[in-house]
Amino acid sequence: MSVTLLDPTNEEVPVARQITPRPEAIVGKVALVDIAKRRSDEFLDRLQEAMERRLPQVEINRYHKPTFSKPAPTDLRKEIKKINDFVVIGLAD
Amino acid sequence: MSVITSFTLEDSAGIERNFPGTRPALVCFIKEDCPTCRLVLPVLAAIHDSLATELDFFIIGQTSSGNSQLMSEFNPPFNLLDDSALKVAFTNDIEIVPQVFLTDSSGHVLVERSGFVREEWQEMVAELLEPHPSATCTVEWDSLPSWRPGCGSLSVDPLHAERLKAEAENSPIRARRIEMGSQDDEFEFMFDQGFTDGLPVIPPTPQRVLRMLQGTSLDPQKVIATMPPNMAKVTVEKVAINAVMAGCRPEYLPVVMAAVDAVCTDEFNIHGVMATTMGASPVMIVNGPIRHLLKMNMGLGALGQGNRANATIGRALRLVIRNVGGAKPGGTERSTFSNPMKFTMCFAEWEERSSWDPFHVDRGFDANDSVVTTLAMSAGPTLILDETATEAPVLAAAIGEATKGMFNANWYASSNCLMVVSPEHNDVFKRGKVSKSALRRDIQKASEKSVQELIQGPSASPEQLASLAQLPTDRRIGKFGSEDHIEIVVAGSEAGKCTAFFHGWIPRSMGSIPVSRKIDDYM
Repeated sequence: MSVTLLDPTNEEVPVARQITPRPEAIVGKVALVDIAKRRSDEFLDRLQEAMERRLPQVEINRYHKPTFSKPAPTDLRKEIKKINDFVVIGLAD
Repeated sequence: MSVITSFTLEDSAGIERNFPGTRPALVCFIKEDCPTCRLVLPVLAAIHDSLATELDFFIIGQTSSGNSQLMSEFNPPFNLLDDSALKVAFTNDIEIVPQVFLTDSSGHVLVERSGFVREEWQEMVAELLEPHPSATCTVEWDSLPSWRPGCGSLSVDPLHAERLKAEAENSPIRARRIEMGSQDDEFEFMFDQGFTDGLPVIPPTPQRVLRMLQGTSLDPQKVIATMPPNMAKVTVEKVAINAVMAGCRPEYLPVVMAAVDAVCTDEFNIHGVMATTMGASPVMIVNGPIRHLLKMNMGLGALGQGNRANATIGRALRLVIRNVGGAKPGGTERSTFSNPMKFTMCFAEWEERSSWDPFHVDRGFDANDSVVTTLAMSAGPTLILDETATEAPVLAAAIGEATKGMFNANWYASSNCLMVVSPEHNDVFKRGKVSKSALRRDIQKASEKSVQELIQGPSASPEQLASLAQLPTDRRIGKFGSEDHIEIVVAGSEAGKCTAFFHGWIPRSMGSIPVSRKIDDYM
């Protein structure tokens, strides 16, 4: 006789999303997001310098997450998306 | 002769229709995305045009949006009935749509057809027209295909079938049922599905889950929290399933649910706690009368194995986080080493053996409340042993000194901790009339280092050095961000001059703040 068990998971199937198409050239506004990990600001400073040298046509906007231990606040995510064409963000360690 | 069970459904004009009516009827189950249903809809319209005065028409759709779509696309001469709850289709065992029935005025089935077979439908219409020689039907049969299969009724779709079955059986269970093969070993099966923490779990059969649900009066479908990383709705039923797996008794369930609610707050931040490389995990402390009702261990070996309530309540919380929330090692759980607390860590405070107010009273609850408090701790318990101190200041200094190396000798003015003071150590503070707040102050004081010591410390980082350079070199800095970040409870056996020291994580809103919940609210 077969045994019936109940599913202990939340049973939801993740939505598969396509990656956003990558443009041929980086033009417009680029967001650099500091997730508040130690020295991430220094890393982003160097990245910004490099981008300004190599991509003088882009405008760089800097953003700061309150803490690396929590997801970015919704308003911050919306603002980044609304204003920028590209975003560079790291994932801690 | 079979019978269509009586029903009441609302039609697309918002009018309730009862079956059976007073006349013979044509009943047809359809759904919007079924091509064969779309094929027969004009045929049904033509039959209606001919025989609406003789027959009641019950054309039943399976989604309200689908009905709207069909009404606007086909503009049939009848309104579609809304069976989006799928109860009528389920009750009448409808597996295929279109499924058409001709019934007498009592609901007895005279003719039944599935899908579309032109000859059968033609014959059915001819029989319907026979008693009414003046009636004509304008269907152009030759323009229709000779045969088209139907589609599966939504009532047998796995997405809905289990719910419908449970509702029909009046069962509170809505979780997906997993049928194991008769040759499968149920314990191996649970491992294979990735449902376990690495130890065997009790298979969550419907019978066991129903027994577990006896532990609460809450509706099994009540959502008690939204849990990251999946942002999953955690229902009472899902907690009960995982509590069965952990080995809980039904009376433990309210404690587990209260803890689930506590960790899913922004203050506790279970996502960050699970994700950190530091290996933090929820530590659960239970206070109040429920400790005795559940026979929890607060004495000898309280922080270890051997007591069912302690072990399985903590494990159930972890299994909910893993299975419902979706935090798994290697996924969003990124701990470098992890630690055994990630299997389970739950104990009760020995309030009666303490000279201080119970932990939950410190946190604003009544002594008669049963409360669970969750704290994010990344290591512990480590032992602070002092078997010789008989004076309270000496013992407080020993405990404070022992904290200096937590994480890193230079990690100062941040983090938090939990001290589980043994009865014998508590006796020393009791004799010295040392309050809990005084002990916090003494521990913080004894942990202090001067700015000079920190500057010369083994791993002062450039930014820490820059920050320390702003301060006078003789300024003394405590180990913890604040005295309030030193949590103190009493547990452990009568014998043993020691204190168990749990290393915290990131305190305040930057990381995790302890959260308490009243257990009575989940009973």
